Amino acid sequence: MNAQAVEHVDHDDHHHGPAKGWMRWLTTTNHKDIGSLYLWFSLIMFFIGGIMALVIRAELFQPGLQLVDPGFFNQMTTMHALVMIFLALMPAFVGLANWMIPIMIGAPDMALPRMNNWSFWILPFASIMLLSTLFVDGGAPAGGWTMYPPLVLQTGAAFPMLIFAVHLLGISSIMGSINIIATIMNMRAPGMTYMKMPLFVWTWFITAYLLIATMPVLAGAVTMLLTDKYFATSFFSAAGGGDPVMFQHIFWFFGHPEVYILILPAFGIVSQIIPTFARKQLFGYSSMVYATASIAFLSFIVWAHHMFTVGLPVSAELFFMFATMLIAVPTGVKVFNWVSTMWKGSMTFETPMLFSIGFVIMFTIGGFSGLMLALTPVDFQYHDTYFVVAHFHYVLVPGAIFSVMAAAYYWLPKWTGHMYDEKLGKFHFWMSTIFVNILFFPQHFVGLAGMPRRIPDYAVQFADFNAISSIGAFGFGLSQLLFAYIMIKAVRSGKKATDQVWDGAEGLEWTLSSPPPYHSFSTQPIVK
Amino acid sequence: MTTSTDTQHYFVPDTTIWPFLASIGLTSLVWGFIQILNGNSGKFMMIAGAMVLFFTFFRWFGEVVHESESNAYSGWEDKSFRLGMSWFIFSEVMFFAAFFGVLFYARVLSVPWLGGAGEEYDTHKWLWDTYQATWPTNGPGNVGGEFGLVAWSGLPLVNTLLLLSSGVTVTWAHHALKHNNRQHLIWGLAATVALGTIFLICQGVEYAHAYDINLTLGSGIYGSTFFMLTGFHGMHVLLGTIMLFVVLLRSMRGHFTAKNHFAFEAAAWYWHFVDVVWLGLFIFVYIV
Amino acid sequence: MKRSCIAGGLLAALLTPLIAHADWEVNMTQGVTDLSNEIYGLHMAAFWVCVVIGIVVFGAMIYSIIYHRKDKNHKPATFHESTTVEIIWTVLPVIILISLAIPAAQALVKIEDSSNADMTIKVTGYQWKWQYEYAEDDISFFSSLAASSREASALGSEIDLDTVDNYLLEVDNPVVIPVGKKVRFLFTSNDVIHAWWVPDLAVKKDAIPGYINDMWAKVNVAGTYRGQCAELCGKDHGFMPITVIAKEEDEYKAWVAEQQAAKAALAASADKVWEMSDLMAQGKKVYDTNCAACHGATGAGIPGVFPAMTGSPITTGDIGPHIDIILNGKSGTAMQAFGTQLSDADIAAVVTYERNGLGNSVGDMAQPTDIKALRK
Ligand code: HEA
Ligand code: HEA
Ligand code: HEC
Ligand code: CUA
Ligand SMILES: [Cu+2]
Repeated sequence: MNAQAVEHVDHDDHHHGPAKGWMRWLTTTNHKDIGSLYLWFSLIMFFIGGIMALVIRAELFQPGLQLVDPGFFNQMTTMHALVMIFLALMPAFVGLANWMIPIMIGAPDMALPRMNNWSFWILPFASIMLLSTLFVDGGAPAGGWTMYPPLVLQTGAAFPMLIFAVHLLGISSIMGSINIIATIMNMRAPGMTYMKMPLFVWTWFITAYLLIATMPVLAGAVTMLLTDKYFATSFFSAAGGGDPVMFQHIFWFFGHPEVYILILPAFGIVSQIIPTFARKQLFGYSSMVYATASIAFLSFIVWAHHMFTVGLPVSAELFFMFATMLIAVPTGVKVFNWVSTMWKGSMTFETPMLFSIGFVIMFTIGGFSGLMLALTPVDFQYHDTYFVVAHFHYVLVPGAIFSVMAAAYYWLPKWTGHMYDEKLGKFHFWMSTIFVNILFFPQHFVGLAGMPRRIPDYAVQFADFNAISSIGAFGFGLSQLLFAYIMIKAVRSGKKATDQVWDGAEGLEWTLSSPPPYHSFSTQPIVK
Repeated sequence: MTTSTDTQHYFVPDTTIWPFLASIGLTSLVWGFIQILNGNSGKFMMIAGAMVLFFTFFRWFGEVVHESESNAYSGWEDKSFRLGMSWFIFSEVMFFAAFFGVLFYARVLSVPWLGGAGEEYDTHKWLWDTYQATWPTNGPGNVGGEFGLVAWSGLPLVNTLLLLSSGVTVTWAHHALKHNNRQHLIWGLAATVALGTIFLICQGVEYAHAYDINLTLGSGIYGSTFFMLTGFHGMHVLLGTIMLFVVLLRSMRGHFTAKNHFAFEAAAWYWHFVDVVWLGLFIFVYIV
Repeated sequence: MKRSCIAGGLLAALLTPLIAHADWEVNMTQGVTDLSNEIYGLHMAAFWVCVVIGIVVFGAMIYSIIYHRKDKNHKPATFHESTTVEIIWTVLPVIILISLAIPAAQALVKIEDSSNADMTIKVTGYQWKWQYEYAEDDISFFSSLAASSREASALGSEIDLDTVDNYLLEVDNPVVIPVGKKVRFLFTSNDVIHAWWVPDLAVKKDAIPGYINDMWAKVNVAGTYRGQCAELCGKDHGFMPITVIAKEEDEYKAWVAEQQAAKAALAASADKVWEMSDLMAQGKKVYDTNCAACHGATGAGIPGVFPAMTGSPITTGDIGPHIDIILNGKSGTAMQAFGTQLSDADIAAVVTYERNGLGNSVGDMAQPTDIKALRK
């Protein structure tokens, strides 16, 4: 690979390396720099959100209140979720998209590099705004990440900060997604037809669409909260002809697609990794694409499964139950395809593969409980209990978070030119997997036994499983320190990686050097 | 591996400080507003933020304009801009969709329910037994007190005509641009900007009138949806007018060619979008 | 692997004492109504469907992980498509799902049919207690967390929770229903959204301010059934339990009569003039059950969220505004209108208590007749 930039005549003032010093990070337009910014940012936020989770788990270790008062507990629950979803997981995926999409489709960079910088740099400001609510009068938002009125309207000085942080995060995501769509539609190398795109690119393509379609809706919803509180409107108040439940409809019209925003890129990652280590082409490429698209489509018509207990008309309950159940079908297609890809392959089990296999199994477990939740009459018993908490942590933690870790192990050698420590990586996987199950599996039991979610204290019969779960949480948290250590160690002193890195890997990213040149494909490759 | 030797070069801009500054401006702007909402003083911060943001955009877009005018872009970059603008407009569509959704929800579901329709018989019987569902309404609590209505056949109709004709005038300008008729281009744009401005003035007058007859943001769900939809629409008209105004200034400076005029088209698309939203408003907020 | 051994050891050590005090509840309750049993059946059916699919999918995967690995010299196959199997594994799940959806839909239709109820109870959620109004019998009362649980749960409390009866699940005034009757519950709320949930009745429904939801239950077995609020409703969401006592018909009738007698007695005493000491004693009771949750047991409040009662300009200023905020609340804040919840005597008592207790000593007092006069 020796293709160099073909300088444009008018722009001989162009230097094609990074700016010097820390200004590089403020001013960069380079997709790799921005990708790295996103990834480091997200790691920090994962730890902050994780510490909040540990506060929750520490308080729940025993019945009775030991550490925090109930108001602060609710702040922790709310902030934990907001931080994990909006500041840790989504930026992690956007970071991966920034790094990998241009390389995977043979593009020189993202389509709109300056806007790319802006998308990132809104994030830290929005995060500070959100996190600083912890220090204002009345404390952080405590109405749950779902922000249901009228409760959320009782928030103190944090309220407008919450609303505008969500606005800023929305602006950032929308711009990021526009960029990703424009890149995919416009920047593919000659011969890189849509149906040749790597699945990670495909899943992000669809995810970006979901984001553009739903973030503005969330923005609208929180704007109405703001006017209801400060400008006398009555959107969510019955006395004025509005309805508190209306907020829930709008929120979940965003919120349900949002959970697929959090999982589709993960599907993409796993679909890259499994074929590599099975040394066998991905089974059913096109059905994977169609399945992703079907999931995205269905995600818009299932939102009310979060609202089965609000008193919907029976017909609506039936519709949303059936539609929700249907999602199991395309998701099943994906799971079966992954298994078939492994089937009769020639597998090895490096860390990325371990995390991917862990993903497939534990995501499916989370999917199963999702399916159980979809059954409306039974959801009357599950709703707002720890069974739901167990469900979504299975899909989010050993699901989405595992996929991000798999991606980090898989591509880090490419990004940095350094190998991570394989032994430690495997150890990290096993620790994480063991503890994550100790952490979240017992939550199914307490949930079924009747423990509501979002409570700081509970009846004594739930004590045992909560204690186990808390132990798992601390174990899992400690294991993540190991993750940070492995990553930093690899970046600083890992042994040199080859360009191919993994012998079974296919795709344009492996044709570049490790690390890739600052401008990956200044001249586009031709894909046959 | 093979690389294609005959592909074009894509313009990847140099490092830039504008986006970072824009983040600071935007954050200061909303931070000031937050302070005001919390009863502290935030006006200065808001204004400062707005100025930083405005200045930054001015320089940022100025750079882009400069690059464009010095032919740094080919059709390839142009397509990225177009895609960017179209998807941005799509996001705006979804933003308005949320508020239209609210309007339909209120009219079709929540207000009739409060009035005892369908399965919500009990809500009416137990909580609001004297309420009769109608539209417009300020709800069973008579929130904000009695209010008057703005007739669709007055200023709203005028506004509809204004926006519709402005749609025609941008198209005229576009046509002129494509045929290299600079004079008509400038007149067409100027007319569009003027129509947009008159629209905004009419809207202001109408709002003043509405507040006179006690139709306010606080007039229950009707006032809420009315002002939220028309208000956000108005802000978009303002933004569109500014965009068109910039395009007008640039046209007067001789920018754009018959082939290369992304900024013009972006503004025009945006204008049409604003136009279509208005038609929706006119029908569902004012007439029906 | 040394680290994992240590971790494992630690875990085992930590768990041993737990297993000692355990009744391990791992599954949904079957409950005491026909519908709760049906729901339990559906739950188990869905569970087993998932287990079976899981065994098949994970089984295939594990088989492949064991046998199709490079270090076993397994050569990779080259297939990567098969329309037939893809159709099979699309259609098969659809069939399985339909077979789950049909009984679920049937159960749902039954659950949502609350017609022909024998009696109706209106349930209103408050931050953080429940109000029960018996539509036919004109009985109405509030039900909040038992004082024993509240004390034991407080930060820094030394009370052994195992000695508290039904910790966090006990209330002062349980709701009583007859066995074998179709009881219809209407749910609404006074402030934020709550949800009334009693697992044994398989009833969970949101209580939404300004709207009424309904649900019903026909309990088959007499007994005491406990549940909790199941929608985040603020600080004390974890502290608004529900206790339902299902009684045989005649016992239920006796209970109703008892309630009505108590009500008559209360009405008779409405105009009596109270002594300061009685007001203070009654006021403390009212304060602790109704106000302490927000304004704190000592009146300190929570800065920035709930104002302190000690030294507040309202509790130490003119008595008029003081009575007014308690009667009418303050709209847009968590301070609700207690005029609809408390009797004149209770309001007079709590006003007096706030002015002369909690570190205040204004010296005046309010009489029930004063409150009556101020009600609009
Ligand atoms: C990554 C995020 C993610 C993902 C992927 C999912 C996936 C699914 N979720 Fe989940 N969900 C959440 C995140 C997610 N969820 C969150 C965050 C909440 C709570 C929000 C809150 O209240 O705070 C929630 C809550 C939630 C509820 C509301 C519960 C309640 O509050 O009462 C429901 C109800 O239907 C539900 C259903 C589903 C279903 C059916 C799927 C399906 O997509 C799962 C499909 C997958 C499978 C079924 C497994 C694989 C399939 C096969 C092997 C094929 C064969 C299988 C069968 C035929 C059964 N979810
Ligand atoms: C991507 C999303 C995501 C992720 C990754 C997580 C990760 C975790 N979550 Fe979270 N969670 C949510 C999304 C997520 N969660 C959502 C949406 C809710 C619902 C909120 C609501 O109800 O509104 C929720 C709610 C929620 C609850 C329920 C709270 C309640 O109902 O009151 C609990 C309780 O156990 C919990 C626990 C955890 C734990 C232990 C982790 C762990 O995986 C975290 C592990 C990470 C770390 C621990 C940090 C790294 C380590 C260190 C910083 C070193 C220090 C460590 C030690 C000293 C041990 N979460
Ligand atoms: C759900 C929480 C909550 C409960 C329960 C509650 N209050 Fe309040 N109370 C508030 C809040 C919030 C305010 C502040 C309202 C405002 O912003 O002015 C308040 C204000 C007051 C004030 C005015 C104090 C001041 O300095 O402004 C008085 C007096 C008062 N409450 C008395 C009571 C009494 C008596 C009870 C019980 C019968 C009670 N409150 C129960 C939340 C509550
Ligand atoms: Cu009431 Cu939670
Ligand atoms: Cu969902």
